[in-house]
Amino acid sequence: MSDGLTLDQVCITDGGQTVIEVDCTVAPGDVLTIMGPSGVGKSTLLSFVTGTLPPAFTATGRVFLDGVDITGVPPHRRQVGILYQDDILFPHMSVGQNLAFGMAPGGTRAARREAIARALAEIGLAGFEGRDPATLSGGQAARVQLLRVLLSQPGALLLDEAFSRLDTTRRAQIRKLVFEMARNRDLPVLMVTHDAEDARAAGGCVITLGK
Amino acid sequence: MLRHVPLLTLVVMIGPVLAGVWGTFLPAFGHLPGAGLTGPSLEAFRALLAWPGLGQAVWLSVSTGILATALSLGIVVLVTAGWSGTRAFGVLQRVLAPILSVPHAAAAFGLAFLIAPSGWLARLTSPWLTGWARPPDLLIVQDPAGLAMTAGLVTKEVPFLLLMTLAALGQVQQHQRLKTARSLGYDRVTGWLKSVFPAVYRQIRLPVYVVLAYSMSVVDVALILGPTRPPSLSVQIVEWMGDPDLSMRLTAAAAALLQLGLVIGALGLWRLAEIGAACLGRAWIETGQRGGPDPALRIGGIGLGALSAAATLLALLGLLVWSVAGFWGFPNALPDAFTLRNWDRHGPGTLEAAAETFLVAGAATGIALVLVLGCLEAEHRSGRTLTTRGLWLLYLPLLVPQTAFLPGLQILLLSVGADVGRGPVILAHLVFVLPYVFLSLGEAWRAWDPRIAVVAGTLGAAPWRVFWRVRLPMLLRPILTALAVGMAVSVGQYLPTLLIGGGRVATLTTEAVALASGGDRRAIGVYGLVQTLAALLAFALAILLPALVWRNRRGLHV
Repeated sequence: MSDGLTLDQVCITDGGQTVIEVDCTVAPGDVLTIMGPSGVGKSTLLSFVTGTLPPAFTATGRVFLDGVDITGVPPHRRQVGILYQDDILFPHMSVGQNLAFGMAPGGTRAARREAIARALAEIGLAGFEGRDPATLSGGQAARVQLLRVLLSQPGALLLDEAFSRLDTTRRAQIRKLVFEMARNRDLPVLMVTHDAEDARAAGGCVITLGK
Repeated sequence: MLRHVPLLTLVVMIGPVLAGVWGTFLPAFGHLPGAGLTGPSLEAFRALLAWPGLGQAVWLSVSTGILATALSLGIVVLVTAGWSGTRAFGVLQRVLAPILSVPHAAAAFGLAFLIAPSGWLARLTSPWLTGWARPPDLLIVQDPAGLAMTAGLVTKEVPFLLLMTLAALGQVQQHQRLKTARSLGYDRVTGWLKSVFPAVYRQIRLPVYVVLAYSMSVVDVALILGPTRPPSLSVQIVEWMGDPDLSMRLTAAAAALLQLGLVIGALGLWRLAEIGAACLGRAWIETGQRGGPDPALRIGGIGLGALSAAATLLALLGLLVWSVAGFWGFPNALPDAFTLRNWDRHGPGTLEAAAETFLVAGAATGIALVLVLGCLEAEHRSGRTLTTRGLWLLYLPLLVPQTAFLPGLQILLLSVGADVGRGPVILAHLVFVLPYVFLSLGEAWRAWDPRIAVVAGTLGAAPWRVFWRVRLPMLLRPILTALAVGMAVSVGQYLPTLLIGGGRVATLTTEAVALASGGDRRAIGVYGLVQTLAALLAFALAILLPALVWRNRRGLHV
């Protein structure tokens, strides 16, 4: 098996009815886009990859990450990160605590804080550690979420309509940042979207569903 | 471990009910080895039938129960139909919500102080309106028809049904339905009744059944406001249970089975009435009538709702005034002198009872919360949600009348040599606390965005870490509210404390109700007030704590 994220003959059914069928590999640093209108089971596919498929569905096929079969691995050991369209920062934690929650364990307290401060500065949010997530703008929240998932050192990144809530200018900006940072870390990215603009900007392969 | 919590919860909740009914069944047919009696025999039923008060007691139980339920439901339906979404409705809702936690006994005492011949209403209107210089010789409280008792039940059941209705409204898209009806030319009340009510009623059917079962078999309210000779059937059962002559327990058990049968029969009758109302309703819908008496119905609705709220608020105020009253001659509206002597005399006693109350309530609610959280988390992880059948099981302890299974539970406990006392009382309270904690917390728990758990999980947090670090803190407010609901339910419990405690567990409620026969209004004022405060304390904490803990987290403000 090759490096990257592989969906090997994945087929998800709901009461005998096929919801979605995919067979593909995303190489490290690449973006694979799955396009289609809402309701064709794109998010369901991602929930299969994260290991949180609702019990109403049944799935066949396997998921490999860097050659390792993770199909039966519990979600928290898969090292597959996900970003949603809504801002899902934990509202009871500060920005810094959100990042520390995501950051892979290890290191002294001071070192961890130092790393978080550096990472925040890198995305233009220096000094934001103590902020209440509810006071962030849409673009800021999106950047913090990206940072949080990257600090957890995932092996792959999933994007579930991740940019559709942002306004047009922010959207291009955040999208660029996400793809750039994923490429720098050699992460395979699997994106589902209904927006052709997202697919164009990603520049990788596109699978179009529900025609 | 977590997988077994739902079953354990079910056993803890339903077990005592089934055991209690079994424990009632045996002595009712003459089998009580502890008293040297072996059955089967129909002696107990013969004794029951020979009791001259039986007909009247049965009639009281049925009439007050059905009347209180119908009135409460009627008021709630009229208020919601005519006013939901308005500012007046919001105010009423905010006033009624805390009333829900006022213990039945305290509300009943307050109401008695209000409507008694020497009560506040008589004082406020005497002598200028009534001409009374002395309290009239009228049997207003404890009237033979049980009207005072019915009124006492209505003031407490209206807030309960209203909150249940509010929860249901969120699930039936009331605004859309009502907007459609109104755009077709329907007046507010008629439009609501025709387009929203059928869907809402389906959601509140079980709570309505709970109100019916409860009202038919209530003991503490009946002891305070109900007639005495004869009393309602449930009160008589408790009297027989307390009789030193052990063979009277057999009569009590037979009466308890009768009580169970009455409730089942009344629920069946109610179901038939539902079908009849549905038929009439459909015919009414077909007429296409857009409304006629709507303005009058709106005014009637808000008037009755306000009356119900005002009665309870005045009742509580009455408790307060009596608790600090010195000499208070009739017909003066206020005491001639105010004094703290009543608190000096009864305060220490209430403290002792309050400690016992909090011990029992804290333990029962704590156990309930752990079990409910376990059930909900197991449900979340397995992805299986509660079915309709599961919901019926949850409501079962509230549908089986207390007087039908608690006597049997006591007899059973004694016959197997288990001691009555605090431990069993906590378990008995748990039976009633659990369903309410579950219902209170379940909705908020399921409304929580499951993607948050996915995000936390994909960041590397194991399920228990997600539970402790993310879900519990985020749901602090509903969890504390559920705790408060559980505490209020436990604080208000009379019969389980009395019967399963064998008279040795003295809580604020048992002490307060015990004062009923003495008629010392100052002592009742003190106990009733402390009892109410005990129930309200947890709610105050449930509001204050999250506001304090999350003062810097805007995303968690309401």
